Amino acid sequence: MKFITIDKKDWANGIGKSRKTYKLFGPVKDKNGFLIKSLEKDIMPEMDYPDSVMSAKSIIFPQTEKMLCTTLDESQEEHHIMKRVEMDNSPRAILGIRPYDAKAIQIVNLNFDTDDFRDPYWCDALNATTLIGLGINKPGPFDFSTSTGTGPFCEEGLDILMADLDDKYLAKILTDKGKAFMDVCEFEIKADEKESQALFDILRKEAEKNIKSHIDTDKLSEKTILELHDAPFWDDVAFSCINCGTCTFVCPTCWCFDIQDETKQKSSIRFRNWDTCMSSLFTRHATGHNPRATKTQRVRQRFMHKLKYFFDKYDQGIMCVGCGRCVKSCPVNIDIREVCNIMNTYKKQD
Amino acid sequence: MENPYIPYPVRIDDIEIATEDKSLKTFKFVFLNKEDEEKFSYQAGQFAELSIPGIGEIPIGIASSPVEKGFVKFTVFRTGVVTSHLHNMKIGDIMGIRGPLGNWYPWDKLENKNVVIIGGGFAFTTLRSSIIYMLDPANRNKFKNIDVVYGARSPGMLLYREELYEWEKRSDINMHITVDSTDDPNWKYHTGFVPQIVEQNAPKADKDTYAIICGPPIMIKFTQPSLTQLGYKEDQIIMSLENKMKCGIGMCGRCNIGKELVCKDGPVFTLEQINQTPKEY
Repeated sequence: MKFITIDKKDWANGIGKSRKTYKLFGPVKDKNGFLIKSLEKDIMPEMDYPDSVMSAKSIIFPQTEKMLCTTLDESQEEHHIMKRVEMDNSPRAILGIRPYDAKAIQIVNLNFDTDDFRDPYWCDALNATTLIGLGINKPGPFDFSTSTGTGPFCEEGLDILMADLDDKYLAKILTDKGKAFMDVCEFEIKADEKESQALFDILRKEAEKNIKSHIDTDKLSEKTILELHDAPFWDDVAFSCINCGTCTFVCPTCWCFDIQDETKQKSSIRFRNWDTCMSSLFTRHATGHNPRATKTQRVRQRFMHKLKYFFDKYDQGIMCVGCGRCVKSCPVNIDIREVCNIMNTYKKQD
Repeated sequence: MENPYIPYPVRIDDIEIATEDKSLKTFKFVFLNKEDEEKFSYQAGQFAELSIPGIGEIPIGIASSPVEKGFVKFTVFRTGVVTSHLHNMKIGDIMGIRGPLGNWYPWDKLENKNVVIIGGGFAFTTLRSSIIYMLDPANRNKFKNIDVVYGARSPGMLLYREELYEWEKRSDINMHITVDSTDDPNWKYHTGFVPQIVEQNAPKADKDTYAIICGPPIMIKFTQPSLTQLGYKEDQIIMSLENKMKCGIGMCGRCNIGKELVCKDGPVFTLEQINQTPKEY
């Protein structure tokens, strides 16, 4: 059983059944646009959402996350000894995640799940999560995901990929996790495998045709890190930047974080927050010395990390899935597509 | 799954004021759980996160040596929130240590080689660890000549003074201690900046000689030309870098120089490696 048909009339009922086992997340309208949020009680995901302002990253890597706790009360046993904060790692499912956002989670996973260290907060959360993607029939004008190794119907990182066929969904089950979710929903009308795959292929081709914006990354590997780092265009690229950091927060592949301690009376929590390489505090030493003190250095860091350092380090493409959120959200119209093309075509002058 | 963010609990066993201006103190820690000491098995050149619940964490080079058992030592300069708090803590207080972190000086590669150690100011901590390690009777014959150039602003600002003066008397290590200036008429050692003392006293390069440098960025910057003048090649100059860090395990993203992370791929790099990365340290 690989493909399942879900009549939209049955959708709410099936999703309702899944709530017994899963905590659900999905797109809901917020005052500033759509966000992927917890679907409390009877809230249904708005599956035909145009695009979410933020990605689904925060469901696995929350913007603020408690890590460790202890008591500073010296009369207590084990005072000042830090322990992991209990977390809810019961099964959760993200409904309607964009395929490029699922690919982004795979990219971030390279940072948090390594041979040397595993980040238990990320790994446990990801392990608990089932990703139910929805193919994008009508990609938006900022979408350039086909040139970043993903696309509107990419299956990478997903447990289920669904296609919206007006009155029904066609669901392709990709993993055991995906099958388990479908079972709990009691969605079980099988669809013909060959026909369904053919339909997916048509939808994918149609959608990909509608993506008008592209980047080229084929020549990034020909240049050394220093050639690109020392290239003369960075001041121009960074000229209008106000270092607001929006690009890094909306980015589904940005993973940098800060760790802080907070104490209330005698109880102390160590937590992490998303951080941004656009902030001068990000790299400022306690002595005041700052290796990336200027905004040009910080803007360069962001693009070099995404388009060169990551590329060279992992040999798995660039650290960008082409969702276009940073392009859309940037208050001064800095466009990663343009910067990528500048970097890709750059030739060092002798 | 091992949680790399949980520090080993330790007790402050001793605190020593390390410099005359009291800006540096050496903290001796003892692990609350004996088995943690074994887990914290380290090499000279590595660092750890000193972790004070409610305040925060700081990455500090390990000043004790792998051959010293039963405790770990860190010499800490008072400069930010965490270090200032640490300076006000007292013997017996409980805190945490996370590590050991990062790579170390390439001890395998340094076997049967002459080693020149160059340090300045308070960046002598992992170098102390290294010297104690090399001078240990079990290790000394693994290395050929050992030269040490160490400088500070004034005699009272030199770290581990008693040990320095002891080493000075030994025949199996050549000490070149220097201060920027002093009004002490009985000062027996060099006067002058580290780069200049290196140029005058460090052995000339040959294929079997390696230099390890640790110091403030400015000292490193000016010492490189001295070593180049003595004939050292880029892969014979080994440096330990510092950058702002949080996680210490290569995840939080701030300490990178190019694609290398100082916390995980470093802090020890050869000049050859560093010359291929942006100098963002």
